[in-house]
Amino acid sequence: MNLSRRTILLAPGLGYLALFLVLPCLIIFAYSLFERGTYGGIDYTLTAGNYLRAGSSLFARIFLDSVRIAGTATLVALLIGYPAAYAIAAAPRNRQMALLVLVMLPFWSNYLIRTYAWIVLLNNEGLINRGLESMGVIQEPLPLLYNEFAVVLGLVYNYVPFVILALYSSISRLGPELREASFDLGGSSWTTFRRVTLPLTVPGIAAGAVFVFVLSIGNFVTPDLLGGGQRPMLGNLIYSQYLSARDWPMGSALGFILVLIMLALLFGQAVFAHRAAGEVEARGVPAGAPR
Amino acid sequence: MRAGLLRAAALACVMSAFGGTAFAEGKIVISNWDGYMPPELLEAFTKETGIAAEMSVHATNEEIMGKVTAGGGQGYDVLFVSSPFAEALKKLDLIAELDPAKIPNLANLYPEARNLSYDPGNHFSVPYAWGTTGLCYRSDLVAAEPTSWMDMLKPADALKGKITMLKTDRWLMAAGLKALGYSVNSVDEAEVGKAKELLTEAKKSLLAYDDTTFYSKLVSGEASLVHAWDGWCNYGIAENAAIKFVVPKEGSDMWVDTMTVTKASENKDGAMAFINYVLRPDVHAWVANNILYKVPNQKAMETLDPALIAQYPNIGMSPADLMKQEQLRDLGDGQKLYTQTVTEITFQ
Amino acid sequence: MRTDPIRLWLNAHLGLVYVFLYVPILVLIVLSFNKSGLPTTWTGFSTEWYGKLAGNPKILAAAGNSLIVAVASTLISTFIGTLLAMGMEEGKPNPYLDALVAAPMIIPDIVLAIALLSFYTLLNMSLGLQSIVLSHAVFNIAFVCTVVRTRLKNFDRSIVEASIDLGASEVTTFRRVTLPVIAPGVIAAALLSFTLSIDEFIIAYFTAGAGQGSTTFPMQIYAMIRFGVTPEINAIATIVIGFSFLLVLLSQRLNREAA
Repeated sequence: MNLSRRTILLAPGLGYLALFLVLPCLIIFAYSLFERGTYGGIDYTLTAGNYLRAGSSLFARIFLDSVRIAGTATLVALLIGYPAAYAIAAAPRNRQMALLVLVMLPFWSNYLIRTYAWIVLLNNEGLINRGLESMGVIQEPLPLLYNEFAVVLGLVYNYVPFVILALYSSISRLGPELREASFDLGGSSWTTFRRVTLPLTVPGIAAGAVFVFVLSIGNFVTPDLLGGGQRPMLGNLIYSQYLSARDWPMGSALGFILVLIMLALLFGQAVFAHRAAGEVEARGVPAGAPR
Repeated sequence: MRAGLLRAAALACVMSAFGGTAFAEGKIVISNWDGYMPPELLEAFTKETGIAAEMSVHATNEEIMGKVTAGGGQGYDVLFVSSPFAEALKKLDLIAELDPAKIPNLANLYPEARNLSYDPGNHFSVPYAWGTTGLCYRSDLVAAEPTSWMDMLKPADALKGKITMLKTDRWLMAAGLKALGYSVNSVDEAEVGKAKELLTEAKKSLLAYDDTTFYSKLVSGEASLVHAWDGWCNYGIAENAAIKFVVPKEGSDMWVDTMTVTKASENKDGAMAFINYVLRPDVHAWVANNILYKVPNQKAMETLDPALIAQYPNIGMSPADLMKQEQLRDLGDGQKLYTQTVTEITFQ
Repeated sequence: MRTDPIRLWLNAHLGLVYVFLYVPILVLIVLSFNKSGLPTTWTGFSTEWYGKLAGNPKILAAAGNSLIVAVASTLISTFIGTLLAMGMEEGKPNPYLDALVAAPMIIPDIVLAIALLSFYTLLNMSLGLQSIVLSHAVFNIAFVCTVVRTRLKNFDRSIVEASIDLGASEVTTFRRVTLPVIAPGVIAAALLSFTLSIDEFIIAYFTAGAGQGSTTFPMQIYAMIRFGVTPEINAIATIVIGFSFLLVLLSQRLNREAA
């Protein structure tokens, strides 16, 4: 009975992913084992060369650099997103939905024009620099654009809403009693938060972190426009292997290596989250209680 | 009630999604960049020939090429791509041989445009617009008018941090290769290596790499000198008359945007009729006036208003001068080397 | 309600986050009144782009297509993804399932785009808006499932079993017991997948058919890059945001009256 119920729940999703993810990716995996055709496309000669080349120092350096930038963006997005999600979850119930929609609304415009808007704000002749200059705060324009700062800012801006959604889903699960407790206890509220609330929202933190990290590392528009193209990230690298070099086997190999590394990281994170949840239970907070 | 409405809306969405695929028999689909053709052109074409035509858009050569390679070009009839991409598509056997009898207006083209190195005799591609790449600058902000690639690659101190360069691999490499006197199609590793050194050094003086909004940066004064395609520099000139364009004395590349017919097309006659229509002098002149690019159509160019050329001098560049620049060719296996080199330069 | 310092601080922070999210939107709105066609430089005030927009059916049609794609893929993926999340949280943790669900989020857009187009071509499937919907659902299911699972963690299964023991059907139990608990998660997940889908470019481009009928809003805008992304785009974004904003205000007003 229970098994069949679970099967019914899982079947549509797993069937969908098997059909539209696994099968198409088998094609791509097959590509990664062949050679590039002279004018693009595939030359059906088996080789392991793509995976060997993927280990080159240039690719490794771009990978590490991307991990650092995506990691920074993730951390900043969590620091901004957590209190925001908490505030929304603590707002009156009939307002929560509107507050959430207002978080997402700017992102129904378009990525490219939002990025252009940031260029208008940040460039040397832009609104922020001009404003600060006219107030006499600075003499020389601040280097706000075409550097790593701008890339991280662009990534945080575009992905912090996803963190807020994931965290809201997780935090609002805690009953109002628990949230009020942290307000009422005054001095010890930090302890309540650290000992109870935070561990219970680890699944939300993990989900939000994964969203920002994976979306950032695959992004190729922000490094080009806000980074001035001077710091290509992994997304740019894979994109250019497919479309500029017309080297589909190489692009496919890089794509697969990325997926494997990230899955390994996720496993590590899952183990960590599991342990954190275990500690809470060990301290005697009943797992099912707060709702 | 509300659930009922929602369900009806969802149903309507799904219905229209599935209904949108049926194409009228004989209709041709043209893929081009948005804004690279007068918007009313297709309507005029249909009115005259009775052939229904639909416009599809692509963002870059690379993307339409990738899509056609993966999907075989199904559904597309005419593709607008730059010449090296047309050459590669032909080598991949994805575009069709053209029938000159069905495109009599080929005779309106300049003789030079009938004999381009990648496709002499226009067997698989017909030039639509052509031009070159050079330096676009604010004559009121630079101390001396630039004349050489080195003015951008090894700039005077005052220009440092005020320069942008193109990052699309062929054009970034062309600047370095031409500055050193090499071919824009060189796949010699030593030559490419030297160009890489020069370009890596030049990166230190850049404000940014910019393939899309460089003209806007000139207008705002954020940049004083940008690496630009001639036709694209005109968008800056339209806003500020102090903006000028120069082809560096070492020479540059010559690019051609072409019209091709896909092998998968089910209405090749209609596709060729469209190409023939574009090549009519009045139509091609209409195009030039609309997009501010040079077109390779002698009869069309002769009808252009001299005032337009006075405002945008690079439109008046003669085919003979243009042919002095080096035509871009597909690099075959060498493309890998270029992409790798550009990745290394930009990541430094 | 007491106004204690922590609550004040939280609300102030939330206010600042909204400022951060909306400052570029204000710039975008201002640029929709830019006189020239330059994407990043202000040259003077004009309303001509709104007039041009009205005469540009292509942009409006593309915006309509994006809405269709986003709504349809959100409906599919919210349904399938929620079931998947429930199924995954009911059984023992299975790392292979976790990996399968994480993969669509990790795999770079361009890889999935080319994989799907190659696959559809192999099957000789006709391309159009429907193939974009199917493709967007691939990553959306993964995002929905992940968000809903954060809600189901430590969900007390015994109440579900109690409900079934008391004779309620599976469907009733889901509606009356499970759904109220997971609803905020499902809503958040649906918002997320709508937002991801409406702004997605590369997968949509590759899996769309040829022709204007399946051109989405982002595809239309990226195609304008080479010849100038004009303030028409800002104008339509302004209208979309303004309209959505009004809807939110209206729903709040109705909410308050109902309360």
